[in-house]
Amino acid sequence: MIEGRSKAFWFLAFFFGLYVLFLYGPMIAIYILSFQGPQGGLTFPMNGVSLTWFAKLWQGNGIIDIGASFTRSLGLGVTVMVLTVVISVSAGMAFRRRFAGQALLFYVAIASLIVPSLITSLGIALEFRLLDDYIINHFGDWGLQDIADNWQTAMGLYTSGLGAHLTWTLPFGLLIMFAIFNRFDPRLEEAARDLGATPWQTFRHVVLPIIAPSVVGIGLFGFTLSWDELARSSQAIGPVNTLPLDLQGLTTTVTQPDIYALGTVISVVSFTVILIAVLTIRVLQRRQAAQGSDAGKGMV
Amino acid sequence: MKAAAMQENSARSSFIAWLQAGPLALVFLAFFVLPLLFVVIVSFWDYNDYQMLPMLSGRGYTDSFEGCLAELPGLCTIAKTYLQTLKFCAIVWAATLVIGFTVAYFLAFEVKSKEWQIILSLICTIPFWTSNVIRMIAWIPLLGRNGLVNSFLQAIGAINEPLDWLLYSQFSVILALIHLFTFFMVVPIFNSMIRIDRSLIEAAYDAGASGWQTLWNVIVPLCKPGIVIGSIFVITIVMGDFVTVGVMGGQQIASAGKIIQTRLDALQFPAAAANAVILLGVTFLIIAALTKLVDIRKEL
Repeated sequence: MIEGRSKAFWFLAFFFGLYVLFLYGPMIAIYILSFQGPQGGLTFPMNGVSLTWFAKLWQGNGIIDIGASFTRSLGLGVTVMVLTVVISVSAGMAFRRRFAGQALLFYVAIASLIVPSLITSLGIALEFRLLDDYIINHFGDWGLQDIADNWQTAMGLYTSGLGAHLTWTLPFGLLIMFAIFNRFDPRLEEAARDLGATPWQTFRHVVLPIIAPSVVGIGLFGFTLSWDELARSSQAIGPVNTLPLDLQGLTTTVTQPDIYALGTVISVVSFTVILIAVLTIRVLQRRQAAQGSDAGKGMV
Repeated sequence: MKAAAMQENSARSSFIAWLQAGPLALVFLAFFVLPLLFVVIVSFWDYNDYQMLPMLSGRGYTDSFEGCLAELPGLCTIAKTYLQTLKFCAIVWAATLVIGFTVAYFLAFEVKSKEWQIILSLICTIPFWTSNVIRMIAWIPLLGRNGLVNSFLQAIGAINEPLDWLLYSQFSVILALIHLFTFFMVVPIFNSMIRIDRSLIEAAYDAGASGWQTLWNVIVPLCKPGIVIGSIFVITIVMGDFVTVGVMGGQQIASAGKIIQTRLDALQFPAAAANAVILLGVTFLIIAALTKLVDIRKEL
């Protein structure tokens, strides 16, 4: 183990290879099968190669409007991404100071990660139902009868849905911020302050450039977790569906490869976002390595 | 005077911290803490066929435990369902722990170059950023009646009839859960491992310990926090899961999460909430037992 490439290394490398095959093998199978020929079925062998199932998806299969769900999920994903980044970075800065309720807030964030998603989703649904009931029954008392009469529901993609997704993405964002600031040298900020920088200037020109690669990582988590979110959306999304909900609905009804085509389309978006994020992180790190100071590297 | 100034300074610092953490706290308050509170409150409400009635009632609970006393010593539906969910939990936990530990060990101790460590970690993480439902349906072409596994086994003459228990069965549910959630074990254990001081391992070897002795007496105890965190993640996910059990079980297999979903589909919100409270209770008992188990070992 210590003297390099031992037997243990090769055994473990083999095990790791199997694990990667286990992770990716099935996914790759459906990407291939989504290009089935028109007569092809849900399993191998391939019956020709075609874009039939993508075309069918594009036309819509009459039951659900995939295009509309796609746009909705994309919009929600980007919103969740931006909010996750802003709220996590801001809260991450706060946790470097001392404030009342600090420990409580941390435990709530962890609990939000651990409490089963379905329960959180149910709770949000109940909250919004009770809110709707209150508006319909009691807004008249406040002289707002018009609103009460026409009220449908407060539940929706950008109210309950957005909140549900944030309860899932923010704990990850916060944990990443903790990981960043555990390794962050506060003397860099002190130096900026000593040179007369305002708190905002210190953040904008010193802190942010250093943490930028990890902030991109938070954005990546924010988007991808929202893009694929299902359990929390299930009760809290309101009258319309997101793409993963449509996909889940299809699993019980569809017997043709168009479900694989939808899977491939969803994955292409995920992989594109992952690729952009990883490349951005690399560029930022290169730039830091090239232009960063030698601070923290000791005396030269 | 200096003390007063410092106190004022710290009050100001605390105030700024609250402004920074405020958005995070508000999101968790509105979409996590209050919803959970509503779940508990509504679980004690009455209901009829189409709506919930805000009157104190234990009906949500009595309906859930219906027949549990009458059928003794036999098991009632909810007890059977929870036993089955606990069985899933135990199997998935054991499998993810063994696989997760081995993968993390390879990444932390056998991969020496930082660059490769990052690349291989990324390979393990990418599936986590893609859709769970897609990763579930990806098993269809492999495990279906005409899938690759059955075709292969028939081709080599191991079986005459295709195996039916490969898909839409307890087997496929457990396989998919392991496939989806081993990642949650790998990350915390890897995190514990890279923090282990390498000189401790050298010391164990110098003192004459074998590879296995070092693993069992040095590395495993030092990885305990990671193992506990990973276990909590996996167990809570499996306890509350209803999507994997639904899709991979062909909507035919019961689980603790599925009970809640069934109640919700019937619009019996108080009964769903009561089941959510029961599920939360059971989950937290397991977590408490788990952390205690670890602490007791520490004492020995």
